[in-house]
Amino acid sequence: MLAYILRRLWQMVPTLFGVMLLLFILFNWVGGDPSYILAGKSFSAETLANIRHQLGLDKSLPEQFLIFVQQVLTLDFGTSWSTQQPVADILGSRIGPSLTLALPMLLVSLLLSVIIAAIVAYVRGSLTDRLVTLICTLAMSVSALVYIIAGQYWLAHKLGWFPILGWSDSLATNLWLYVPLPLLLGLVVSLAPDIRFYRSCFVEEMNHDYVRTARAKGLSEQVIMLKHVMRNALIPVVTSLMMSLPYLFLGALLLERFFGIPGMGNEVLNAVDRSDFPVIKAITIYVALATMLFNLLADIVYKLIDPRVQLK
Amino acid sequence: MTQASPLLSVRNLGVSFRMESGEHFQALKGISFDIAANRTVALVGESGSGKSVTSMAIMRLLPENNTEIAAGSEILFEGRNLLQADRRALRALRGRDIAMIFQDPMSSLNPVFTVGDQIIETLMLHTGMRRKAARQRAVALLKEVGLPEPDRKVDAYPHQLSGGQQQRVMIAMAIACEPKLLIADEPTTALDVTIQQQILQLLAALQKKHGMAVLFITHDLGLVGEFADEVIVMRHGEIREHGPLQQVFTQPQDAYTKALLNCRPQLDSRPARLAVIDDFLQDQPYQTPPQRERGYTAGDDIVLDVQGLCKSFESREGLFGKHVFHAVKDVSFQLARGKTLGIVGESGSGKTTVGLTLMRLHQASAGRALFNGQDILAMSPGEFHAYKRRIQIIFQNPYASLNPRFTVEEILLEPMTLHAIGRDHAERKQLAAALLERVGLPRRALQKYPHEFSGGQRQRIAIARCLTMKPDVLICDESVSALDVSVQAQVLNLLQDLQDECGLSYLFISHDLSVVKHISDQVMVMQHGQVVEQANADSLYANPQHSYTRQLLSAIPQGWPQQGGTRVA
Repeated sequence: MLAYILRRLWQMVPTLFGVMLLLFILFNWVGGDPSYILAGKSFSAETLANIRHQLGLDKSLPEQFLIFVQQVLTLDFGTSWSTQQPVADILGSRIGPSLTLALPMLLVSLLLSVIIAAIVAYVRGSLTDRLVTLICTLAMSVSALVYIIAGQYWLAHKLGWFPILGWSDSLATNLWLYVPLPLLLGLVVSLAPDIRFYRSCFVEEMNHDYVRTARAKGLSEQVIMLKHVMRNALIPVVTSLMMSLPYLFLGALLLERFFGIPGMGNEVLNAVDRSDFPVIKAITIYVALATMLFNLLADIVYKLIDPRVQLK
Repeated sequence: MTQASPLLSVRNLGVSFRMESGEHFQALKGISFDIAANRTVALVGESGSGKSVTSMAIMRLLPENNTEIAAGSEILFEGRNLLQADRRALRALRGRDIAMIFQDPMSSLNPVFTVGDQIIETLMLHTGMRRKAARQRAVALLKEVGLPEPDRKVDAYPHQLSGGQQQRVMIAMAIACEPKLLIADEPTTALDVTIQQQILQLLAALQKKHGMAVLFITHDLGLVGEFADEVIVMRHGEIREHGPLQQVFTQPQDAYTKALLNCRPQLDSRPARLAVIDDFLQDQPYQTPPQRERGYTAGDDIVLDVQGLCKSFESREGLFGKHVFHAVKDVSFQLARGKTLGIVGESGSGKTTVGLTLMRLHQASAGRALFNGQDILAMSPGEFHAYKRRIQIIFQNPYASLNPRFTVEEILLEPMTLHAIGRDHAERKQLAAALLERVGLPRRALQKYPHEFSGGQRQRIAIARCLTMKPDVLICDESVSALDVSVQAQVLNLLQDLQDECGLSYLFISHDLSVVKHISDQVMVMQHGQVVEQANADSLYANPQHSYTRQLLSAIPQGWPQQGGTRVA
């Protein structure tokens, strides 16, 4: 096990290097010259040269890449080009609000979708099953934007059940006051596809021979479903969950934007708007790292759920 | 309950399934039979005969949403009609009074729980034992069914055990609560011949020891001779014959029973053509065909000369370590034109790896394979391409080895296009249709998909696919093992006809020694990746030299023991 983890960590080095190379080439090829943006309307050749020197853009490409490598190794991406704050400080202050929304959403969504999926899989073919499938299909066909705007208009503005948008410095206030509406809308968007997917996992497991064995033993349907089928069906569920974890760091782009939540998603949009390369670079690298680490974690969790998995 | 009333009494049981098309398929057409306490009844029939439906009906495990039980059906267990029992009563019955073991032990055990947990679960459910006591009992049960190191294996997961060990676990689970009736549905079909014999002996011993009644379901009449008291022969949802074991074997009344008794290849006779069911269902009596002589002769033209073939697999261990597994060690043989070399051995003996390495689906680790004097293992992929056509393989599982999204026409035409056989599409299609007819399928089968065919028919399609390339050597890797004995006889006859017609050479890989004896000129016995014995088929079976060969031979089901091996036609 330990040998496996070490080998996997070692294999991440070339992957990360590939991500860095790609990122660097993309920025230099299609990114344009940020000094024009930073200089604003009244630029002269002198200010431009000045800005380029400050940003290190006058150095040769290999030199710039070396600096990038150094930044990744120290996880110090310098200061933002637009606000001059250290990138680490910016990201540090943004991750909290993002997780405040994303973590509860992930947990509630997982719990609800697994339970609903197990129930409809158990009564598959019935009216309930078909009704849930219909609702899911309808829910999936409507754009997330419609939910957000409709939710803000009806539930917040007209009925006044929630604030329309906003954020505070207190975690409790956020959780009680500002998170519920975006959480609810986020669930509406994420539940439908998850329920459909998990339902198919459960249904597939229920057709296996060991379910027949369990029935032949005299076990009740609840025990068969919750013990025998659940553990097997969890395997694909864990995969899809682990795949979605890195996005926790990116935050919910749309929700944060519409509800004025100062999280990572908002920061990404701002950084792209302003061509704030240090921030974009840092976020890209962090997401790449998170993806690789969660993939490793997913494989280890597999092993815990499914003893047949061999870590090689 | 008096001594006279049977333990289980099936009365007029009719079962039909509603198909998706809305039609009804009648799986059981009103069958009746009894099982007395402490007796073993064998239910014999081919796929689709309704034998498994019968067992599932007794357990009330048929899917509720599309099954219809005919009015007037009764399944009386100790006088109680199970068809009217409620769910709670059924749950109390299942696993305690009636237990069941299934064909495929690997898929019948839950892969994510230890075998101990799965036995303990049954014990705690029905006997009210505490976990600790149940665990001790589980270990004792595993010991009773002959699992080695039961103290340790109780914590093993199903995939860590061999197929035979898994079936032992299933049996331990089934007998855990001392059931009155044990239903065994094809419990040995997925197992090697020596393991099959051990499992049968175990079931017979447990039946005597615990005084259970056993309902033994199988497609192979040859298996039941050794321990059944009564035999029921089923076909198309009806009982064709029902009688004491000896009577069914020595004086079969029904033509279908006679056919089943005769279509299994025998060790002591090699008819030019195996009997098939249809031979017995016609008006005129069955004539035993003349015997066929087999064996290599001095003047044989050698097509394939394999010398010192080795294949090893490497797997990682630890951070830098490697583990090398030698699947095939120094295997040499010669395959003569128009003859058959049989390779026998159990799972893991390396017999399949030999076939795959010769097809270059595995890269050989060492050795040469001279095909008409050219070493096909040393060729570049480009050079080998021309030879690919000439060595073809038919796999075991006809359900998995044909692409389900291709029509039969596409399956047959693809290799012809790849190897530029036939001038144009029309000619290829003509050829494909002719080959289909040759293997016994109608021309209109071209437009169908594999799932529309039965297992035997699919294996015919696989054979036709190989024939499109006009191969010299055909590797048959357990090609008839998954088929019912009656269908197996048809496919073996087809293979024999094709060999005689086209001069094909067969490398016939199988764990079934009777089948290998029937079709082979020379036989090679493999164990742990090595050849332990190699000789002409007749002399090897008559006079086995190696102890392992003798062990394999003694494990072959003997049919009806008093018969002395000869069959009544």
